[in-house]
This record gives sequence, C-alpha cells and structure tokens, in this order.
Amino acid sequence: MSGEPILSVDGLTMRFGGIVAVHDLSFAAERKQITALIGPNGAGKTTVFNCITGFYKPTGGTIRLTQDDGRQTALERLNDFRIAKQAKVARTFQNIRLFPGMTALENLMVAQHNTLMLASGFTVLGLIGVPTYRDAEKRAIALATDWLKRINLLDRADDAAGNLAYGDQRRLEIARAMCTEPALLCLDEPAAGLNARESAALSELLQSIRGELGTSILLIEHDMSVVMEISDHIVVMDHGVKIAQGTPREVRDDPKVIAAYLGTDEEEAAAVMESGS
Amino acid sequence: MQASRTAGIPFILKKAFLSACVALVLFSLMIGIRTEAGPDGQLTWWTRFGDLASIVGLVFGGSIIIELLRQWLGPIGAEKLVPAPVQRGLSLAGRFLGPALLVFTLLVPVIFYNQRYILDLAILVLTYVMLGWGLNVVVGLAGLLDLGYVAFYAVGAYSYALLATNFGWSFWVCLPLAGMLAAIWGVMLGFPVLRLRGDYLAIVTLAFGEIIRLVILNWQSLTGGPNGVSGIPRPTLFGIPLDNSDDGLAAKLGIDYSPTHRIVFLFYLILALALLTNWVTIRLRRLPIGRAWEALREDEVACRALGINTTTTKLTAFATGAMFGGFAGAFFATRQGFISPESFTFQESALVLAIVVLGGMGSQLGVALAALTMIGGFELFRGLETYRMLVFGMAMVLIMIWRPRGIIGHRAPTVYLTKAQAISSDLVKEGHG
Repeated sequence: MSGEPILSVDGLTMRFGGIVAVHDLSFAAERKQITALIGPNGAGKTTVFNCITGFYKPTGGTIRLTQDDGRQTALERLNDFRIAKQAKVARTFQNIRLFPGMTALENLMVAQHNTLMLASGFTVLGLIGVPTYRDAEKRAIALATDWLKRINLLDRADDAAGNLAYGDQRRLEIARAMCTEPALLCLDEPAAGLNARESAALSELLQSIRGELGTSILLIEHDMSVVMEISDHIVVMDHGVKIAQGTPREVRDDPKVIAAYLGTDEEEAAAVMESGS
Repeated sequence: MQASRTAGIPFILKKAFLSACVALVLFSLMIGIRTEAGPDGQLTWWTRFGDLASIVGLVFGGSIIIELLRQWLGPIGAEKLVPAPVQRGLSLAGRFLGPALLVFTLLVPVIFYNQRYILDLAILVLTYVMLGWGLNVVVGLAGLLDLGYVAFYAVGAYSYALLATNFGWSFWVCLPLAGMLAAIWGVMLGFPVLRLRGDYLAIVTLAFGEIIRLVILNWQSLTGGPNGVSGIPRPTLFGIPLDNSDDGLAAKLGIDYSPTHRIVFLFYLILALALLTNWVTIRLRRLPIGRAWEALREDEVACRALGINTTTTKLTAFATGAMFGGFAGAFFATRQGFISPESFTFQESALVLAIVVLGGMGSQLGVALAALTMIGGFELFRGLETYRMLVFGMAMVLIMIWRPRGIIGHRAPTVYLTKAQAISSDLVKEGHG
C-alpha cells in the first residue's frame, strides 16, 4: 500500500459566494517527498491548504490521506482539530501563529496535548500526580528539547516565543507542528521574510525532516531558490486551477508557468525564453 | 534640554487653557448655576460664579503642574518613581509575599480573636478570593470573558440551601453536589457561547447571569422567590454542631461556649476551600488541560491546528470555574443562614471580574491581593462616608494607570528547562472570547 501517494486531492472545488477560489483541482503528494504548491498571489494556494487542513469545508471534491499502514481518511469530512489529531496532518501559518506569551518549550508542550492528555487520564490521574503521567511529561519534554536542539534554539527554551527573532519564530512554528508527530506536514510560506542565510537553514531543516524522519511535506512557497532546491515535485496553480506539475526542472521551463508569473500570455513568454536561452 | 523646556511653555499654557475651557463648559451648569425647588414647588435658582471661577482656576493650575511634572520626570512609570535598590528589595519581598500572606491568614483568628468585625471581614475577603480564583480559570487562563459568574455562585448557594432545608442533608454531602450542579450549569452556559467571541460572549454570559437570578426570583414554589430561603443549617464539624447544646463542640471539649467558635470555624472552612481552589488551579496549569486553556487564550486557531479540541477545552474551563463558584456559593449559604436573589445581582459578577482584572489576569497571588484591596479597601474607606466611592474610584484609576495589566501582570511559565523566567505582560494575550 505504501506505493500510494500520502495525499490525493481529487476534483477539489471551493466557492465563496460567487467567487470560485479553487476549481476542480487534482494533484497528489507522494510519500516521504516534498511537494510544493506554487503560483502567483491570489492563485488559491492558501485556500487549498485550508481545505486540506479542515479550516474550510470544500464545496466539492475529495481529499484522501493514506497512512503508512494503508488506513485511509477522507479529510473533507473531518473538521480542523480532528484532521490534526486523527489524520496526523500538521500545519503552519502564513502569518506566524505561535503562542507569544508562552515560552518556546511551552509551545512545543502544547503541541503534544493529545498524547499528554491521554497520559494524564484526561486530567484526573494527572491531578493526583500518578507516576505514569510524570514519565509521559518527561518524555514530552525530551521530545521538545530534541526539537529545540534541531532548530538551534535550545538556549532560548525558557524565553517567551513572542520575544524570539522572526526567523526563530518561523523555525519554532515548524518544530511545534512536528511535535504533533504528523504524517504530513503542511507549510504555508515558511521562507517568507527570511534572509538568504535563514532560507538556507530552513531548506536544510526541511530536508532533514524528510530525510531522517520520513515525514511527507507539502509546502506553499514564493521563494523560488528554496522551492527549486528542495522540492521533489511541484504543482503550479493560477486563478484556482492547476496549470502545470512536474519536477522543478520541468516546471521551470514550462511556458505556462512563466506566463502566469510574468502576467503575459504564453506566446510572449515562449519568445522571452527563447531569446534568453 | 533647557531649550526644549522653554520651548514647551507656550504648549503648556495652551494645554492648560484648553483644559480650563473644558472645565468651564462642564462646570458652568453643574456648579455655576444652582437650582432648587422653592417653597411653593416652583424652580428657584441662583448663580455661584465665584465657585466656578475657583474650580476653573484650579484646573488651569493643576494642568500646568501636571505638565511640568511630566516634563521633568518623563513618562511616569514605576522605574522612575521607585529607585532601583528599592525595586530589587520589592522583588525579593515579592517572592516571600505569598507565603507570608498565607501564614498571616492562618493566624488571623488567633490575633483578632476578640474582634468579631475583623473576623467577619476576613471571611468576606476570603470568599471573594475564592470567587476570584474560580473566575480566574475562565477569564485569566482560558481568556473567556464571563460577566455572569454570579450565576454559579447562586446555583451553589441555592443547591445547598434547598437540599439542606428540604432533605436535611449535611453540609459536607451538599458541598460536592453544589459544586457539581454549578459545573453542569457551567457546561450549559458553555454550549451556546462556544462560537461567540469578545463582546458577544460577554453579553450572553451577562444575560445568563440575569436569567438565573430571574428564574430564582420567579420560581416561587421552589425557591421562595423574593422571600429567599431561610433557616439554612449551619455547618458542622463532621457531625458535631458548633452550638451551646449538650452535644455541641464546646461541651464535648469541656470548654465554655462562645459564638466566636463558629466564626473561627467558618473562617478556616472558607480558607480551606480557597486553598483547595488555589491548589487545583496551580496543578491544572501544569497539566495539559491548563496549558491548552492558556494556548486557547493566546491563539485559538493555532490550537485547532495542533489537534486540540477547543470545544471540550472551553467547556472544561467553564465547568471548572463554575464548580469553584458553586463551592463558594454553598459556603455563602451556610454562613448567612438566609439567602435571597438580592445577593446575586450583576454587581457581584462585576466585582469579582474587577478583582480578577485588577489582580492581573491569570495570577493567583495578584487575585488574592486584589480581593484584599477591593473588599478590604472598601471597608477601610468607611470613615470617609460620602467620599468613599470617590476615593475608591480614584484608587482604582491610579492602579490601572500604574499597572495597566493588573497588580501582578507578568506570567510565570508552567514548565522550564533551566530557569523559570517571568514573561512580560506585553506578550501575554488577554484572550478575546
């Protein structure tokens, strides 16, 4: 079963009143690979993300997630927190959504809520302080510490998340999503606002998440250097429809993609490319 | 520096003049003209321009002085007014303030044994400390603005009163029942308001508080309506009554009976209940549910993205807060021996909410200090008679200027690797329903 893609989106349509934000979109994200969703502003990328993570209920189409053991979940039928809890899809946000008044460590502990909740016997056992809960909490802290080490923020563990530098907050949000131990990690513009050095560090982090932990990643990104470097597969959207897909090389040379980005029509783009090469 | 100060003089005068103009417009009718009903019921009036002139002059002068002070001292903040060594001393004292307060509270009945007034006041303060700590779970931790907290206080009080007077059940059986019933009502309130945020949540909780009060007022056959419930049994020390009967506590211990025994017992009872509330809240904060409450206050959308069921999280916050309110209500009923809907007006909700906000949302010590300030301070100003409310209101305004996020505004982390650092209040969100 593991040959099947982890996420297959089929005929996804999302309407807001009269506006069709996403129209009949189909694509698949392969297991243990990085799939990028790119497109000009307003192409409907974030809408697709919100449909996958349950923040929107799609108007039509199916979104199917296949776990490693072959268990399938229809994401379009679940609401947001169940998608994160049962289907193990974690996400980050375009504008960072950390818990600013909580420390970096606390942020990562909140991410392990469901595991800890079970270990604390839904609070009852934890309130009396049974040792099994204390062990579970120690394990949770160990996992959080491990992630803080990975994102190079161990020395800032006890600082409020809101006090961290912008790039650190971006990495912390990814670590927080990873602390839910997801099967699929969805990143909404993780490199937005990062400088070249931070972008490079981010690419490294994402590759290690895919390589060492085998977590599948779906990302939206504008920073082409990041996208081209780390993606295994790219889906290009414009005006709510898919206009191209393939490997980074294929997509880069696709006249339709260039046309969409330059805002010109296809022939002109082809002409631009020919004169350039 | 000198140049900027001299350059400021026209500005200061202009500002003072504007303030004086506003004062003139405001007070010309309020003070300048005095109206009264004449002997035949007709309107008589006379002018008091002298008083008006002195008030306007006072505003003009005061405005200049405030502006000058502002220029010399810069923005008024704790850093400027309190020198650094004193601040260090204060922070050191702050660490011992909690334990010191607790020890003092334990000794209150010993120190003030013969002063019934102080003992009664201490019981009242502790009741509000407990209510404040209960509401703190909902407002301070989960960030859900609840203006109808008194409803749970009422449910607890009436639960105990009705169970005890109708079935003769003892206080210790009724206490958990009162808490449970209040928690159920907390969930009942929680369900319809799950989708509401901010102002809308506040309005619905306010309405809920009024609904409970009006139901109690109008359900005459059960609650006695405006007549209330009287003859509520006093609490017993595990079955031993605290009266001057032959099997009372005094007789059993072989000491002379004194009505103060009961007061002291009530004092330690509410202290134990309040400390239970405090202990449970502190523990809950360190459990996943407490962290989820605080995360909910910080960012609800992020919570959902992390797989946290925000519905149950909100409902447990409402239920926990309500349960403590119910305990306090049962205590209130047994202390008073008589309850009526008049004790459960919106004013009580507002007072408890003010205690939580003034104390610093989420801070246990802050809430206790605020309850002491609000309830104790209110009594302290009794000597000022007519001006009591004025002085009290001014004190509130000053505290809010000096400490906009409450007496203890910073947040203590629930878990740490190397060192627990207080988190500045600027970063902590207030929640928005």
